[in-house]
Amino acid sequence: MTAETSFSQAPPPEATRRSRLTAQRIRSAWIFLTPMMLALALVAGWPLFRNIYFSFTDASLTNLGAAQWIGFDNYYSKITLPSGREITSGLLVDPEWWRAVGNTLRFAFLSVGFETVFGLIVALVLNAEFKGRALVRAAVLVPWAIPTIVSAKIWAWMLNDQFGVINDVFLKLGLISEKVAWTASPDTAMTAVLIVDIWKTTPFMALLILAGLQMVPKDIYEAAKIDGVHPVKQFFKITLPLIWPAVMVAVIFRLLDALRIFDLIYVLTPNNAQTRTMSVAVRENLFDFDNFAYGSAQATMLFFIIALITILYITLGRVRFDGGK
Amino acid sequence: MARIQLNGVRKSFGDVHVIKGVDLDIRAGEFMVFVGPSGCGKSTLLRLIAGLEDITSGEMRFNDQRVNDKTPSERGIAMVFQSYALYPHMSVYDNMAFGLRLAKGEEAETRKRVERAAEMLQIKQYLDRLPKQLSGGQRQRVAIGRAIVRDPQVFLFDEPLSNLDAALRVATRLEIAKLHHDMGKATMIYVTHDQVEAMTLADRICVLRDGLVEQVGTPLELYEKPASVFVAGFIGSPKMNFFSGAHASPLGAHTIGVRPEHLLAAPESAGTWSGQVAHREVMGSDTYLYIDVGGPELITLRETGISGRNPGDRIALTPMAPHYVHRFNEAGRPV
Repeated sequence: MTAETSFSQAPPPEATRRSRLTAQRIRSAWIFLTPMMLALALVAGWPLFRNIYFSFTDASLTNLGAAQWIGFDNYYSKITLPSGREITSGLLVDPEWWRAVGNTLRFAFLSVGFETVFGLIVALVLNAEFKGRALVRAAVLVPWAIPTIVSAKIWAWMLNDQFGVINDVFLKLGLISEKVAWTASPDTAMTAVLIVDIWKTTPFMALLILAGLQMVPKDIYEAAKIDGVHPVKQFFKITLPLIWPAVMVAVIFRLLDALRIFDLIYVLTPNNAQTRTMSVAVRENLFDFDNFAYGSAQATMLFFIIALITILYITLGRVRFDGGK
Repeated sequence: MARIQLNGVRKSFGDVHVIKGVDLDIRAGEFMVFVGPSGCGKSTLLRLIAGLEDITSGEMRFNDQRVNDKTPSERGIAMVFQSYALYPHMSVYDNMAFGLRLAKGEEAETRKRVERAAEMLQIKQYLDRLPKQLSGGQRQRVAIGRAIVRDPQVFLFDEPLSNLDAALRVATRLEIAKLHHDMGKATMIYVTHDQVEAMTLADRICVLRDGLVEQVGTPLELYEKPASVFVAGFIGSPKMNFFSGAHASPLGAHTIGVRPEHLLAAPESAGTWSGQVAHREVMGSDTYLYIDVGGPELITLRETGISGRNPGDRIALTPMAPHYVHRFNEAGRPV
């Protein structure tokens, strides 16, 4: 039998072997994916589903099992009184809630904005070569490494109206004429929170941007030198466009964090309408005021607001998670 | 058109002395190639001329003007990098036009110059693409194009062909030679570790070794009258054969050098050296025979066409003519 006849009798061996290999690859992909998908379903999918479910009930923390389905009442309901007056209630018409949404957005955009600018500056400095750079890089990370509760407490003490070092220093320098209750006063509470958050998270931003900066090949800067590019122009025309994908990814990380901000505000400025964010409001309703169902509705809304902002950001900003390669 | 003079130029990075006093006069419009083994300082020397590194001591002059403290852009140079160093986020057109725009050139004039360069390098159809959409050879052309549009006094090339495959390397080499011809007035300095590139491109070659100039001369001068054992061994392919000790004494020198193409297989009785064929490489046009004559290294013999000799055969060797024998003293200098 010649080679040719054996080929014509058997099915094309090349094709079968390749498809078996493909099937095997797909199978192993599933084997690797399954544990993560199971874990995600358990720790993220199920709680999210339960949360959305409770938001349509009248659940109370004391007896979750007795929850009754009440439809959209937690979100919006209208009652017409015998007198003909209409009373609307629910999350969608709750001024407290929308104030919390406003606070959260203001906090998120301001903090992430400043963190990006400062992070960029710090990253550029850390990217330059100088003696003791490794030490400075480590030192810059300290605020990020301290647990938020600890740094919030430290700052709360420094900002304390009676004993705080900041009031003391500002008084001595003549910047203020009397002691200020930084974290309690409606005028300064949000600024105080912003300052602490920017202080804390700028290192994280700087680190992510630094990683992007180090991906920029050095020889491009030499080509720019030969082209005679002014350093400022070099930054805006060469460096910034090249690290932009890294900056965009860093911003989305921080934006997601900032939109969920809870711990810093809970510790630094408790019970302050000026700084009450969505997460703080959710917690209050869920556990403090025993409005479990209403809190669930807020948590659901929080989820959708963050999802919407993230989707908008990714689409409008054309964020690419592959680092722009 | 620029004449470049280096007087006692030294460069150190901390305690490491890379360039140890170089005097060199590069003529205006000349194609000068710096060649040497890796670590000899040839790239550093080029970067000193470019102004990308500061000179530690000594003086550099462009057309009799001291340029030690001038920035790269003030020196009127253009440089082509081994890694191309294109701006990855800019189109081919913008890559080439970037420097001109910064110099506040008119957009119409910029366009004209970019298009002329693109035509010269046959990359006109790629002007709208990004560097990552091009092959290595095309990228290197863009890098060369970026240099051309600057209309520089001095062209610097830092191993521009090292990242290309063999066939493309030969083709691009020819184009660079043509470019030098077309842009007759520009001085070109080209760094390579490949002596074939040096031989084929250069008006003059500067062989560097360990931070010092070993010899400067035309390719033929270097081939015919190497100023040291090092140059003799570095220039020419395959490498020159060296005989020493008892193998050298019959010809009256410490070291004897004969190129593989200048050796002849002789009858056993008439040979200067004799030995056994250890290995054979058939190239088609030539055959390289590696012969063990009892010295530290195998001796290479280049025979035209396909040789009938096989490993194990006995063979005697003799230089083709007396003037093909290079004699060196103990210090490695010619006698």
